[in-house]
Amino acid sequence: MHELGIVFHVIDDIETLGRENDLSRVSSVTLELGEVSGVVPSLLQDAWRWAADRSDLLRGSELVCESTPAVTLCDACGRTYGTVEHGRTCPYCGSGDTHLLYGRDMTIKQIEAC
Amino acid sequence: MDEFRVIEVKQNVMASNDAEADELRAALAHEGTTLVNLMSSPGSGKTTTLGRTIGALAREMSIAVMEADIDSDVDARTIAATGADAIQLHTGGMCHLDADMCRQGLDELADQLTHSGKDPHRDLVFLENVGNLVCPAEFDTGATANVAILSVPEGDDKPLKYPLMFEVCDLVLVNKMDVAPYFDFDLARFEDNVRSRNPKATVIPICAKTGEGMDAWYDWLRSLVRG
Ligand SMILES: Nc1nc2c(ncn2[C@@H]2O[C@H](COP(=O)(O)OP(=O)(O)O)[C@@H](O)[C@H]2O)c(=O)[nH]1
Ligand SMILES: [Mg+2]
Ligand SMILES: [Zn+2]
Repeated sequence: MHELGIVFHVIDDIETLGRENDLSRVSSVTLELGEVSGVVPSLLQDAWRWAADRSDLLRGSELVCESTPAVTLCDACGRTYGTVEHGRTCPYCGSGDTHLLYGRDMTIKQIEAC
Repeated sequence: MDEFRVIEVKQNVMASNDAEADELRAALAHEGTTLVNLMSSPGSGKTTTLGRTIGALAREMSIAVMEADIDSDVDARTIAATGADAIQLHTGGMCHLDADMCRQGLDELADQLTHSGKDPHRDLVFLENVGNLVCPAEFDTGATANVAILSVPEGDDKPLKYPLMFEVCDLVLVNKMDVAPYFDFDLARFEDNVRSRNPKATVIPICAKTGEGMDAWYDWLRSLVRG
């Protein structure tokens, strides 16, 4: 859905980085996607191919997506657990008084460039 | 042949948008403009609510609308028919607006007002975001406040299915209360579902078609505009 918007932001950030570091070509970009970021990697790849090939710096570059785990904190018992496995209910004490610690983040981890 | 090397970046994808959004919010506060980002599914009643709201508040404050819901000017013309200034933003088929697109829209709006010999300052600007409960919630537009509209036929479980939308909004309008008797929509259950995601959100049931319940919404807007 909003994958194209995300790709535009990634490309903007890398073009800025490219100017600051005098880069001429980027061959790959690695993104870390939180498990509950809601982003669909295959849609991201499609959007990437379309948008990256319109950038001189990023033409032909590969997008690598790595998944990072989502973790929820239980406010009742103070323990943490995997969000994807257990959702909003704490598997230790059964409380629903929980909140997501991380797992929604999208981070540009690294690029390969010259 | 140049050597490719690995460069660590470690940069959050949303960081630059968030920074632009904060900048825009600060600039708007400085100018004394309140920007309300209105989000909902298609057909929940964004345009109808705006039309009626403009009718009720236009004598107290200067209002304008930026339409981003689909790339046609149907909504912008509906709003213009109420006498308010409206512009159509071109999202190029995007499913959301980000802070930069929003800022460009505000510049365009100011240009258009200046061009037609009007004061470009507005006390209150509404952004009718793209009709979608998922994507618009992902991007901070720089708005002063986020408002979601949920209409009765959509069901009271939507905060559980689209949590982010209900987490980012300051206020939820429950629209089409006139048809509540025909749906098993439970307002108390809906409020519980909203609060479970966002304890701070205000919930106001309205009927944009008749205007019922909308005074509470107008009061909320008045105090937001007063700052
Ligand atoms: N029954 C009823 N219909 C409404 C109400 N508000 C809006 N509508 C209708 O819902 C449809 C979609 O409204 P619109 O404002 O265009 O929704 P938008 O896509 O969110 O801008 C229109 O046919 C409206 O007349 C309401 O309070 N009650
Ligand atoms: Mg509309
Ligand atoms: Zn627990």
